[in-house]
Formats: sequence, structure tokens, C-alpha cells
Amino acid sequence: MRTPAASPRPLLTPSQTVGPFFGFALPWPDGPHVVEADYPGAFWLRGRVLDGAGEPVVDALIESWQVGPADCRGFGRCPTDGQGRYAIRTAPPEPVPGPDGSTQAPHLALSVFARGLLHRLVTRVYFPDQAEANAADPVLALVDEKLRDTLVATRTDDGYEFDIRLQGDDETVFFDLA
Amino acid sequence: MNQSAPEAVHPPLNWPAYRSTVRRAPSRRLVGLPPTLTEQRGPTAAALLGDHGVGPLDHDLTRQHPGEPLGERIIVHGQVRDAGGRPVPHSLVEIWQANAAGRYLHHADRHPAPLDPNFSGVGRCLTDAQGRYRFISIKPGAYPWRNHDNAWRPAHIHFSLFGRAFTQRLVTQMYFPGDPLFDQDPIFNSVPEAARPALVSQFDLSETVPEWALAYRFDIVLGNTPFEDEEA
Repeated sequence: MRTPAASPRPLLTPSQTVGPFFGFALPWPDGPHVVEADYPGAFWLRGRVLDGAGEPVVDALIESWQVGPADCRGFGRCPTDGQGRYAIRTAPPEPVPGPDGSTQAPHLALSVFARGLLHRLVTRVYFPDQAEANAADPVLALVDEKLRDTLVATRTDDGYEFDIRLQGDDETVFFDLA
Repeated sequence: MNQSAPEAVHPPLNWPAYRSTVRRAPSRRLVGLPPTLTEQRGPTAAALLGDHGVGPLDHDLTRQHPGEPLGERIIVHGQVRDAGGRPVPHSLVEIWQANAAGRYLHHADRHPAPLDPNFSGVGRCLTDAQGRYRFISIKPGAYPWRNHDNAWRPAHIHFSLFGRAFTQRLVTQMYFPGDPLFDQDPIFNSVPEAARPALVSQFDLSETVPEWALAYRFDIVLGNTPFEDEEA
């Protein structure tokens, strides 16, 4: 028998893929709605998930997370559709403190789950209208300058677009939180 | 707190034996990101569940339909802790699984095995104050997939956990002890050998209910809860 109390630093439970068959279980109707449509500044983050051949990933699950605004649940979840598209309606994120007294530019944290991903991928969405804040952002500073654009969404009529390229020359930057 | 080197427990992203990784695993090295406030926080159960909450039968996959599902009734329970050994209380645990015949209630599942009108295979619950959870279900069947010649997935239950911080988010699979299909399964074997036992539940005679159900214990360890380390 395992005895939890006797093992103060237990081994982490390993990750496994979400597989292809989560669609009947994990999505819920208002999952993509981090905020209601009438929330001040509410916008849609839309995008596609593409594999290394440029093919749409039709069985991915995208989750978004942001700290604040205070009355916003901060979390969104959307499966990709038959064209590899996802859409999450959320509130404009606020600047949050970074390490050593720095300030992080407004951003969303994203998790990507899919068949073929043995561990989730973590990335961030930054915003094109925050150029000054982005230039001072301590996390973007960790990223090769030539690759930073993969983390900046583009403006659309009802919000922003952020494609996630899992593999290839234009691959999105992904983070290791370990 | 003294941070030891990260243990090699998670599978590599690039694992060609599991063919779906070939075009989906990133080719560039991941960028190391020491968790900031964003990653040190996460959605609370209340925020995730909103007005819906967890329903009284959400944890009991055998009582979500008019009749009982076919299969071997089982209790699956365990404790969720963080890497420091602390229980992770009041956090959302989601599970999903195939039915006793090895078929998912999913339109893309083409395995020619019967669906069970009395089984959806979806459950969720919140951990209690000690981080414990408990589900009632039926033992899922093994099923074939087309990854390699005569490929079969060992019986498993999918788990999704939120913990209390973005860093703790985990999706994994729970297996059953002694499964003869382990050796040929590239998903199970993608995990470093020393860490594989952590994916296998243990038969737990003490939690079986006589004349009613067998029991398996699956303890889960998430990453550190960074804000608790700060406060420690």
C-alpha cells in the first residue's frame, strides 16, 4: 500500500495524451465564454491549430487562463472544430506583476491538448496594440527575438486571431514551466 | 524552499512509436518559463463550475441513466497531493472512459463493439478537504487502434485535474494492475520506466464493498503549489 504521509516528496504523476475521444466529456456549453457578451471590452480570440504538414488539428482542446479582471472566471475551454478552429470570448487581460518588480504585458496563458500530444503545450497570447508593454515584458524577453511574433495575436473585427502552429518553420513558441 | 531538479516523469513530446506525435510534436526546444503570477494562480472550482456546481450523481457513472450499465462495477478513489506532499483540496477532477466493451460514446470511435445505453462514461467530482476523490464506475474494456499492427490500448480511465495553479494542470490516464497489453502500448511506454508504476492503480481490497463492487486506488501527485511555497 502507498502511505502518503511517509513520502513527503512523492514522484509526480506523469502526463498522458488527452487522446481523440474527449469530445463527449470535457467541453461544456459555456466553456468558451470566459465572460458574457455584454462584459466591458469582451472580445473573441479565434484561431486555428495546425500540424507540421499545415493540416488543421480537428481534435485539439484549447484552454485559456488569465489573472483578472477580478469578476471574471479567467478560464475558457474550447475544442477545435472540423476546420481546426477554436474561439474563446474573454475580457481584456490586465497587466500583472512579473519577477523582480517588473510588470508583464497583458497576456493570456494557453494550454493545448490533443491526440499526439503526450503532454500539454503551454503558450501565451500577447496583443498587437500593446507594443510598448510587450517590448518591456519579462517573458517575451526570454524568447528569441525572431520568434516573438508567434506569440502576438492579430486584430480582427470582433477581437483577435491567434493561430497555433504545432510544428514547422513558423512553429509557435511553447514554454516549459518546470 | 530547496528546489530539486525536475524529475523525469513526463513523456517526451516527440515519440515516434506513437505515430500521432510525428506531425504534432514541436520541433523547437521549449522555452523555460519560471512560473510568474499568471502560472502560479489558476481557476478555482467555483469559477470553473459556476452556477452548475457538481451534480449529486456526477461521481457515479453507474447511475446516470434509467438502467445500470453492463460490466464489472468498480470504485476508483485516491488522494491528490502536490509535489511537496500536501493534499490538494477542493479541486476539480474530471474523468472519461470507454464502456465495458471498449467503446467510447464518441462519433469518431469506430470500434465495432456495442454502445451501452446506460453508460456515458463521463464523471467529475471535487476533492475533499484532504484532497481525496471517489468515483463509482465500471471497468473499461481494452480496444483496438490503428497505431501499429494489431495495436490495442490497455484498459484505462482518462483523468483531468486542475489543482490550484496553472502549473498543476494535468491530463493523464489511469491503468489497471497487471494488464497484459502494457508491453505493446507506446502511450504507456512513452513515460520513463521508473515513473510508469505511478500510472497504474492498485487493487484495494480495503475499499471494496462486499457483494457489490471491487476497488482500485489511484493517488495523483501534481506539481508544486507555488503560492504555498512562497508562504512556507
